[in-house]
Amino acid sequence: MSAVETAIAPAGPAAATAVVKPPAFSTRFFRSELWLIFGRRRNWIGLAVLAVVPIVLTVAVKVSPPGGDGGGGEAGSFVSQITNNGLFVALVALLFEMPLFLPIAIAAISGDAIAGEANLGTLRYVLSVPVDRTRLLLVKLAAQAVFALAATLLVAGVGALLGLAVFGSGPVVTLAGTTIGFGAGLWRLLLVCAYLTVCLIGFGAIGLFASSLTEQPIGATIAVMLLCFASEIMDAIDQLSAIHRYLPTHYWLSFVELMRDPVDFGRLVPGLLSALAYLAIFGSAAWARLSSRDVTS
Amino acid sequence: MTAIATFGLTKRFGTGQVAVNAVDLAVPTGSVYGFLGPNGSGKTTTIRMLLGLIRPTQGGHELLGEPMPVRAAQVLPRIGALVEGPAFHPYLSGRDNLRRLDAADRTTDPRTEQSRVDAALDRVGLLAAATKRYRIFSLGMRQRLAIAATLLRPRDLLILDEPTNGLDPQGTREVRQLLVSLAAEGSTVLLSTHLLSEVEQICSHVGVMHLGRLVAQDELAALRAQTAPRARVRSADPAAAAGTLGELGLAEVQRSGETVTALLGDAAPEKVVAALVHAGVPVQGFEVAAADLEEMFVGLTGEGFDVSG
Ligand SMILES: Nc1ncnc2c1ncn2[C@@H]1O[C@H](COP(=O)(O)OP(=O)(O)O)[C@@H](O)[C@H]1O
Ligand SMILES: [Mg+2]
Repeated sequence: MSAVETAIAPAGPAAATAVVKPPAFSTRFFRSELWLIFGRRRNWIGLAVLAVVPIVLTVAVKVSPPGGDGGGGEAGSFVSQITNNGLFVALVALLFEMPLFLPIAIAAISGDAIAGEANLGTLRYVLSVPVDRTRLLLVKLAAQAVFALAATLLVAGVGALLGLAVFGSGPVVTLAGTTIGFGAGLWRLLLVCAYLTVCLIGFGAIGLFASSLTEQPIGATIAVMLLCFASEIMDAIDQLSAIHRYLPTHYWLSFVELMRDPVDFGRLVPGLLSALAYLAIFGSAAWARLSSRDVTS
Repeated sequence: MTAIATFGLTKRFGTGQVAVNAVDLAVPTGSVYGFLGPNGSGKTTTIRMLLGLIRPTQGGHELLGEPMPVRAAQVLPRIGALVEGPAFHPYLSGRDNLRRLDAADRTTDPRTEQSRVDAALDRVGLLAAATKRYRIFSLGMRQRLAIAATLLRPRDLLILDEPTNGLDPQGTREVRQLLVSLAAEGSTVLLSTHLLSEVEQICSHVGVMHLGRLVAQDELAALRAQTAPRARVRSADPAAAAGTLGELGLAEVQRSGETVTALLGDAAPEKVVAALVHAGVPVQGFEVAAADLEEMFVGLTGEGFDVSG
């Protein structure tokens, strides 16, 4: 074996370092995966669409400021606060995007993860490099988690920066009517982003599983989008309240609890557990599927 | 030692079709092995099993002396493979596609990535087009990029599925020359092809697939010997003709009626004729029946270019 290796190694100093002992840990493939996601124009456009919502919101509120309570519920309460504190642009934008735009973005990325590579045929080449199938799945999961965080932070960041620029900053009035400092408000906004990212990671695992079933990335994406909408519709039907807490979208908008004073963890902890359960179940299902799958594409 | 050894490798697809049936490949280390068979005979399916992309229904295999798939992580980095045509990310450049594959390889040194990627591109003549997006590559350029991907690090074994598909005659010649030089540098090459001429030009060994079965496997020279050119002499005195051919050292002298044939070997036809005349054999006709591997190939695989179903 070693005789063969020395026989074919080309001469020269470069050859000496062409091959190394596999490192115990390396982020190289993960970084390449991130570059694949964030270097793709389609995904840039998707992110741009996500960023448009807080921009439109800022313009709309500037042009026609809400009078009184700005409408009912938490959304109304948040909207009415925008003119006092630009940070609320971020919160309202997340409230608007979480049911629709953000899950669509995650569905596009996760649906593409395996099925996209199978469709192009690159899956067979990545696997014969070799990339262990478990490692491939973990790297795909980690990369879509980074995308979920980036998408959430983008919406919140654009909203906060634009809001602060247009409406200025000030103390933050919580849903409980109390007032907290600007710094504490910013900190809560970051916690909101973290919570939503975890929710989207759980949802992304469903997309990854769907992606491992097919060679059609669009099919996988549409399937999980439909699942998301179906879950939201069922969540709105009172007669189905018995199953509400098992729905993947059920706890998503609970992030508003982070704007109470004091924070009510009663709905946040189940939300995190639900997302982690979805991650564990569908991550395992994707693993079982991919590791036994014949790659014939 | 054998670079590839399969033991009763069999694949039955969900459709019930047996695409590969009890194949025992033996690819000697250092050989250029032509894996020859018409379209649909099971070559690509075999290669997918070799690389662990699909699981055999029965049988197993070793690569570079290591059992697969248990040693895949250790052995596959030493193997460069092209399976069923090129496949890359269309919106990445040729170079970025290679960088992606190199990043996936835990055994390559990231510090030398750039130089190895460029050396591979250069070797297949793609360096000038390296920054173009893959989506605008021609089929020939795509094929070259796939070959470049197999050259990202030193390889002990190259498994190449129809690597000259879609190349123009010039490109085909270049790729064949590249394979010959890679083999000369010490890589074993498994070259899957449906072109007999490709095997005849560059292979030392050949295995012939037909309907999922390996119907022949040998050194090319040994197969050639079976179909080596024969001298055919027609004479009123066949016994004398046979005697003279024997004295000249020609092998496999056979008589049937007034016709005597023998393997021509290294003997020059005109010398044989001169010797017959000199020995007073009444020669009525003399011909050299040319070597015909193609006839043998067709004999083994039925009609030449039908797609096996
Ligand atoms: N995924 C699959 N499912 C069912 N049959 C298949 C599949 N892949 C290949 N086959 C069949 O197996 C046979 C061998 O195909 P293949 O290995 O691609 O042949 P070759 O590479 O020699 O042209 C063909 O008849 C083909 O139709
Ligand atoms: Mg084929």
